[in-house]
Amino acid sequence: MAIVTGTGHRWRVVAAHAALLAFCALILFPLFMIVSISLRPGNFATGDIIPTDVSLEHWKLALGIPYQAADGSLVEPPFPVLRWLWNSAKIAGLSALSIVVISTTAAYAFARMQFRFKSPILTSMLLLQMFPPVLALVAIFAIFEGIGTYVPALGVETHAGVILAYTGGIALHIWTIRGYFQTIPVEIEECAKVDGASHFQAFRYVLLPMAVPILMVVFVLAFIGGIIEYPIASILLRQVDQLTLAVGSRYFLYEQKYLWGDFAAAAVLSGVPITVVFLLSQRWMISGLTAGGVKG
Amino acid sequence: MPRTLRHALKWIAAGAVALVLLYLVWTIYAAGQALLALACLAGFSAGVYVYIARGAYTWRYLFPGIAGMLVFVVFPLLYTVRIGFTNYSSRNLLSFERATRYLLEETAPGEGKRYAFTLHAEGNEFRLVFRPEQDQEEEGAAGAEPAGKPAPVLVTPSLALLEASPPSVVEALPLGQGSFEPKDPLPMKEIIRHRDVLGRIKVRFPDGTLGTMTGLREFAPVQPLFAKNPDGTLTNQKTGEVLTPDREAGFYVTRSGEQVRPGFKVDIGFGNYMRMVTDPEFRGPFVAIFLWTVVFAGLTVLFTLCVGTTLAVVLNWEAIRFRTVYRTLVFLPYAVPGFISILVFRGLFNQSFGEINTILEHLFGLKPAWFADPFLAKSMILIVNTWLGYPYIMVLCTGLIKAIPAEVYEASAIVGAGPLTNFFKITAPLIVKPLTPLLISSFAFNFNNFVLIALLTGGRPDFLNTRVPAGTTDILVSYTYRIAFQDSGQQFGLAAAISTVIFVLVAILSTINLRLTKASAPDAR
Repeated sequence: MAIVTGTGHRWRVVAAHAALLAFCALILFPLFMIVSISLRPGNFATGDIIPTDVSLEHWKLALGIPYQAADGSLVEPPFPVLRWLWNSAKIAGLSALSIVVISTTAAYAFARMQFRFKSPILTSMLLLQMFPPVLALVAIFAIFEGIGTYVPALGVETHAGVILAYTGGIALHIWTIRGYFQTIPVEIEECAKVDGASHFQAFRYVLLPMAVPILMVVFVLAFIGGIIEYPIASILLRQVDQLTLAVGSRYFLYEQKYLWGDFAAAAVLSGVPITVVFLLSQRWMISGLTAGGVKG
Repeated sequence: MPRTLRHALKWIAAGAVALVLLYLVWTIYAAGQALLALACLAGFSAGVYVYIARGAYTWRYLFPGIAGMLVFVVFPLLYTVRIGFTNYSSRNLLSFERATRYLLEETAPGEGKRYAFTLHAEGNEFRLVFRPEQDQEEEGAAGAEPAGKPAPVLVTPSLALLEASPPSVVEALPLGQGSFEPKDPLPMKEIIRHRDVLGRIKVRFPDGTLGTMTGLREFAPVQPLFAKNPDGTLTNQKTGEVLTPDREAGFYVTRSGEQVRPGFKVDIGFGNYMRMVTDPEFRGPFVAIFLWTVVFAGLTVLFTLCVGTTLAVVLNWEAIRFRTVYRTLVFLPYAVPGFISILVFRGLFNQSFGEINTILEHLFGLKPAWFADPFLAKSMILIVNTWLGYPYIMVLCTGLIKAIPAEVYEASAIVGAGPLTNFFKITAPLIVKPLTPLLISSFAFNFNNFVLIALLTGGRPDFLNTRVPAGTTDILVSYTYRIAFQDSGQQFGLAAAISTVIFVLVAILSTINLRLTKASAPDAR
């Protein structure tokens, strides 16, 4: 790049480093803070950024273990955090699985088959993505109340209902998988068909194994989407035991019952795995999207 | 597997699925929802047809996805628009038929025999046993009498009292026909435990009178409060008052114009929209919220753009070492799940216990009321949203800057241009065009950034003196959520009408975006 370096160059590099370090400190301050808060005793105490006396009481409560307070009384965990985490993982995992299955088959049809209204459907799917489900919450609530009247297992207050609601949001995933399928030459499947494979066999045994990276990417994206989804879960789930983490976490910070330390431990406990999965998936995203059926 | 066997299995499976689905449609139809049953029938038959017919092979791949999107994405949007033209709310919750039925089921004390009752367990279910009450109550209701008394002892069929909805009218039959031997009655505390369910049960006695529980020991006859007239009005049997259905307001009204609950759902045309425009008490906060929504989305895009682009440019400078480390660190806010970081900020900004105020107090002696002062609350929202949003813009910009050929910068270095000149004369003009549609998407996303507002401030602090509670930091979506799900009114119709307004705005934004995307990338797939 720039071959000519001015006299101010070195100072500019130093200044840039200083600015970047200051910026990082500012940005990461809340994240450091929350770890430190989760380790200090009490829910109200304000202390130093690096806690002087470390207490594991909040972590015990977050893990569902009752804790013996200093005055001898037994403190019960305020909320079933691990249960919420499990609910979230279950809902997100199952919905991500069904999203991958449904959108893979649909993407196959969009990438390889000819049918009427193909491009209008594709365009309208892209447009639909602009209308988030939070705008139609009233209708979604009414729909699930209606479903619940006839099929109680899929109604309001059920995890199956939430999973069903998430399964509708597949438009973008269909686009992603379709784009990947199009990078794989159709000739490979045609060879399989010449050898006597049916349409479905060509899809199942030839195309799918080559598309595993993109399926992983879509699964992770859908999984994270399910974990962090708040609006739909907040109207469909109300009972404390049934909540997902995203809906339950806010119960820690009510004005009347302000459990700052307990919240911090629960947030770190649940936030770290999700963050790690997300960071790893970013790596995969790049390798998954660039790796195709044709190498070299 | 032989071909014929597979064929047979396929048809058997298809038949079984079809039968289950038909049964479901039948139950819906039997519940009086003819239109819904028809829609389900159409959907189910399309599904079965696709998986049986040879001609619809392509649709086997498409059906689940398209059906899922139609039912859970497209239909809710259309249904929302539909609800926007009704008065659907917690006051007008039922359909006209159900509201009428509700009123016709209302009862008043009537003439006839009173019965003492006892509760008997039978497995997991229960039976009620009735004995006619004597004029003097010397017998006592709970006493176990011999069954052979002259007055017939009546018994109901088994009832599962723990269920949420028992059958509302049950027949009481003379004991011999029930083939049930009443043993010891359950103690009073069991009756008290099931009091609520028992109170909803109506018993039809052999002489045709209806009875309800009037005390913990007795059922007394009741009669319907209202009788239906041929012209659709209802007559109160006790007072003789006539109720006329008002199909404009969604209520039965008395002669004097008094509304009788429950109300029912009716179309009110553009009533909800008129309210947004004409009702001054509603319009004030609505306009303020709309403006704040635009300002919020616009400033968020501006701030994230400034921070994100600056970082992208600096981190693209090859003279800086450890760029990967920096990149990962500044990317972290995007990787932490939003609902966690928003709640973390909610705690950090807390006025009395929050760490941010502790630091500000130590340094400057300030203790800003982040959640009580509208301006500070808005500033806080923008700070938090910038924190959440800049990494996305940074990633986008980094990709776009990498695509600029290095020769351009070499040429500018030769003429002695500084970094600022480079940025404003080369980098910015080259990335602005592909970036614009993405910024519009970002604007549209933040326009509907419900999670941030709901979790950070919940819309508070509220405007004073408004009939429909409205917050100074509410954006349109969080406002509709409050109208529909939080405040006592549950005005679904009004909320749906506001949602429809948002649809139109989003549709306009998307159209602009689609134009720009096509203009900037004509060869895009």
